[in-house]
Amino acid sequence: MTTATADLRDAYATPGRLVPPGSEPIVRLLGLQKWFGANHVLRGCTLEVYPRETICLIGRSGSGKSTLLRCANFLEEPTKGVVEIAGITVEADPLGSRSRSHREQIRQIRLSAQMVFQEFNLFPHMRVIDNLIEAPIRVKGVPRDQAIATAEKYLDKVGMPEKRDEWPARLSGGQKQRVAIARALTMEPEVLLFDEPTSALDPELVGEVLKVMSELAHEGATMIVVTHEMAFASEAADRVYYIDEGVFVEAGPPDQVLGAPQDERTQRFLKRLLDKV
Amino acid sequence: MSWGTPQGGRIAIEEKMRIEDPQMPPGQDPIVDAIAAQRRRQTTRFRLIVAITWVIMVALIVGGLFAAGKIDLEFLGKWWTYILTGMWLTIGIAASSIAVAVVFALVGAIGRLSGNPVVYGLASFYVSLVRGTPLIVQILFIFLALPQIWKGFAGIPVIVLGVFALAFNYGAYMTEVFRAGIQAVPRGQLEAAAALGMTDRLRMTRIVLPQAIRIVIPAIGNEFIAMIKDSALVSYMGVQELLWRAQRIGQSNFRTLETLLLAALVYWALTIVFSIIQDRLEKRMAQSDVRI
Repeated sequence: MTTATADLRDAYATPGRLVPPGSEPIVRLLGLQKWFGANHVLRGCTLEVYPRETICLIGRSGSGKSTLLRCANFLEEPTKGVVEIAGITVEADPLGSRSRSHREQIRQIRLSAQMVFQEFNLFPHMRVIDNLIEAPIRVKGVPRDQAIATAEKYLDKVGMPEKRDEWPARLSGGQKQRVAIARALTMEPEVLLFDEPTSALDPELVGEVLKVMSELAHEGATMIVVTHEMAFASEAADRVYYIDEGVFVEAGPPDQVLGAPQDERTQRFLKRLLDKV
Repeated sequence: MSWGTPQGGRIAIEEKMRIEDPQMPPGQDPIVDAIAAQRRRQTTRFRLIVAITWVIMVALIVGGLFAAGKIDLEFLGKWWTYILTGMWLTIGIAASSIAVAVVFALVGAIGRLSGNPVVYGLASFYVSLVRGTPLIVQILFIFLALPQIWKGFAGIPVIVLGVFALAFNYGAYMTEVFRAGIQAVPRGQLEAAAALGMTDRLRMTRIVLPQAIRIVIPAIGNEFIAMIKDSALVSYMGVQELLWRAQRIGQSNFRTLETLLLAALVYWALTIVFSIIQDRLEKRMAQSDVRI
């Protein structure tokens, strides 16, 4: 396959429940490939997400699901393929990745697609509120009082208004992740990318984060979620994609993919998960 | 049987190993206090003996010198204020040299991490050149050799040249410290900043450096203490700090023993005092809420 990926269409993409009629996909990942050295981690993934949809990417560890998400906002430079988010199109350019225009386009993509990380990655030298307003003020040029108002709104939303002036080190893992979600929301992005947001949490703290994410999903945030939480996927997702060895092997509504998987690999994966419980 | 029945022996052991009744109100087993008390006694005893050793060593040296009639107290009484005045200059030189060295080190470290080959080349050249030559050679070079190239150097106050020489040298060593500090900032911090759309410059100034500086503050403290001692080298330039004054008074009166002894004691006291301050600072930072 060459770079002629523009004709690719996501065969599984059918607009979800909350998608306004007539909408075009807001995220298009077309034929994304990633090589780590000689290791072919992504072998051509195509994914289309409509506005207000929640998409879950599931798969074994090492299947490429996190890499795919990180390629979407160029935290990893994809080796081949095209990323199109909120009208900005960037083609993978592993050889020219340092050019100024390429980097500026990537930055624009990142402003539209905010990432929530497994390890939260809050800035430890800033209080919660400063974590939230740092980028809006310095990157987007939002006036300070307006940024603070927005930040407080989203701290309320994740249920943490009283932690406004706290240091990140004094928060529990669940609280940190909720602050991280608020930080992403304060950027008012078009899309939220979640990279295994509950995998680093103690089991009793997973629920509070999933609750926030589920609320967001039902309110119509556009979300791509890499997760192992099948209950969340079946409850909140419009579509679930099962990825194995760098390709999608199955996708569709959660009751179909999780409830009645057709592919043998999906079946084995889900069975192993169920056996663990 | 005279050695007792196996049954009896077991009961005795079980009696000894009896675990306290969990119904009992929570209280401390007296053995816990006894262990703590013994630890405290041992620590106190250890410290006491260390202190005695120190006192004996000082008494031996000072007493020995006095006993041999080598120390002229009257002479020291006349000149000690003059010599000690140099102490403030020593502290001032060390402090300003460290401040300038931090700037050199910051620029050097960013250079050493730069993707630009020219910038990297300049930074690594600086570090290699400075670390590959003795500090005293650098000081003499700036003081004596540079005016040969350009006479204007002779017009610069020696104290400025001295601070520059020390800062230039320490900056190179601290470049490596700062580089390590910057690299110690977790990768996730860079990714989060990038994901928020920050440019490289914002990432560095707002996210990486503030955290890196917290990481390297203890190291800067160590460098400052070392600098207090190395600042003695600028006496070669004629900067009238502690050592320069001690030497001048000592040599002109043939009483170098007294003056150098005094200077050494002052350096020693300074390093002890600043080590204690440094220790406190580090402890307070460790307790801070701002964790890396």
